[in-house]
Amino acid sequence: MTILAKHSAYRHAYDTLLEHGVDPLNVRFDSVLSPTEGMLDGRRTILLGTNNYLGLTFDHDCIEKAVDATRSQGTGTTGSRVANGTYDGHMKLEEALATFYGRDHAMVFSTGYQANLGVLSTLVGRGDHLMLDADSHASIYDGSRLGGAEVIRFRHNSPDDLYKRLRRLEGAPGDRLIVVEGIYSMLGDTSPLKEIAAVKRETGAYLLVDEAHSLGVLGETGRGLAEAAGVEADVDFIVGTFSKSLGSVGGFCVSDSPDFDIMRIVCRPYMFTASLPPGVVASTLEALVKLQAEPELRVNLMRNARRLYDGLVALGFETGPEANPIVAVAMPNQEVAVVFWKMLLESGLYLNLALPPATPTNVRLLRTSVSAAHTVAQIDTALAIFADVGRRLGFLTSDRRRAGGAV
Amino acid sequence: MRQDHQLALVDSGGGPRSLRADISAIFEQVLGHPVQISDNTDIVEDLGMDSLGVMNFVMAIEDFYDISIPLDRIAQIETVGDLIHAVEDLRSGTPA
Repeated sequence: MTILAKHSAYRHAYDTLLEHGVDPLNVRFDSVLSPTEGMLDGRRTILLGTNNYLGLTFDHDCIEKAVDATRSQGTGTTGSRVANGTYDGHMKLEEALATFYGRDHAMVFSTGYQANLGVLSTLVGRGDHLMLDADSHASIYDGSRLGGAEVIRFRHNSPDDLYKRLRRLEGAPGDRLIVVEGIYSMLGDTSPLKEIAAVKRETGAYLLVDEAHSLGVLGETGRGLAEAAGVEADVDFIVGTFSKSLGSVGGFCVSDSPDFDIMRIVCRPYMFTASLPPGVVASTLEALVKLQAEPELRVNLMRNARRLYDGLVALGFETGPEANPIVAVAMPNQEVAVVFWKMLLESGLYLNLALPPATPTNVRLLRTSVSAAHTVAQIDTALAIFADVGRRLGFLTSDRRRAGGAV
Repeated sequence: MRQDHQLALVDSGGGPRSLRADISAIFEQVLGHPVQISDNTDIVEDLGMDSLGVMNFVMAIEDFYDISIPLDRIAQIETVGDLIHAVEDLRSGTPA
């Protein structure tokens, strides 16, 4: 018995994965060639699961800005924002984010995870009520525990269930904060934000939207689901990340709350960690410029998403409900999911194998995310690989039908 | 919902005993087969529920009694007896 023996159930589950001769939780890229290609076991592999929505990780200008900032300001700040870790770039990035969203305030965190941890634990505390969509990301659940508010889950994407639960709180003291996501990270479905906003207005709650997967993806100017749904005025706080469409790492929160800046001296996940390195800040700032200056990136992204989604549906795969840049394919069980994933990898296609408890309602998923940088030919190659592996496993509906009693 | 709430109030007039009968019926509905439960029945170990099953079950209980059981409260519930206490507390308005 060791101190870690308490996690033996997870060890067992992990070992059954390894029996297939693969380790989906420890994929090692020999090198990454571009936003859409890498080398895996000496094979040129299409990357179809990296959340690199706008494909900006290799953008020439972003790299140049990062290199310049690193040369002139060093590799790291070695300090917190409230000590020696605030440089001109951090302030400029916050100003740029506030301007982009048309908000009075913005605050930058060192990761998206910490942004949720910090914002949720500071906005609500003991005596307040936090209303979470049941399919919320781990960072939202973790943040909900840090602040001491009463946490109530409502059924995924159900404004009715949310309303019912807020009504049950009638008369109870304390603030109410509703938390939803723009695009949910596993199935790629969006929140019914118009209806959620109506519930918010009627019940006097505050509303926070995590646009991690929808920044640069949804909305006329890329501001996310709140913009696409036309309810930005109802959203009190937007949280997001730099590690997807902006191609770096870090998180942020924007708001019009007049006393927002108090967060800077009470929000512990903001205060007690080193600030982002100058190079990361510089590339993120440039990526935010590109996101606004090059709307064709979003056009290409949605074209690729639609092509992949429609192609998979046409092949007979069971996908999520909406054609967004996250396209998930449901697998009937873990065995098939792991073997399917392994065969895709051996055929030169990388995507995410998503298994419970990381997935909603215990589904097993092959989770893809497309990029504006994918060519149509790459999407078609990915579809051809899916079709080939599906056929070899006798998995596609038509094959199963044909196979009849032989299975 | 309001109707369920009234019904539950009338049903459980006899105290924890009928609350247990309600909960037993909801278990059977969620699991799809009859169950024998007592206050000491462990919801995960004895009834073989996984985390999704527990969540569906909790949501059904919440709908039936028109309550919301906060997450930290759910985490403390291991046995049917714990669950009955939580439902009683929440229905009588005792803070979590």
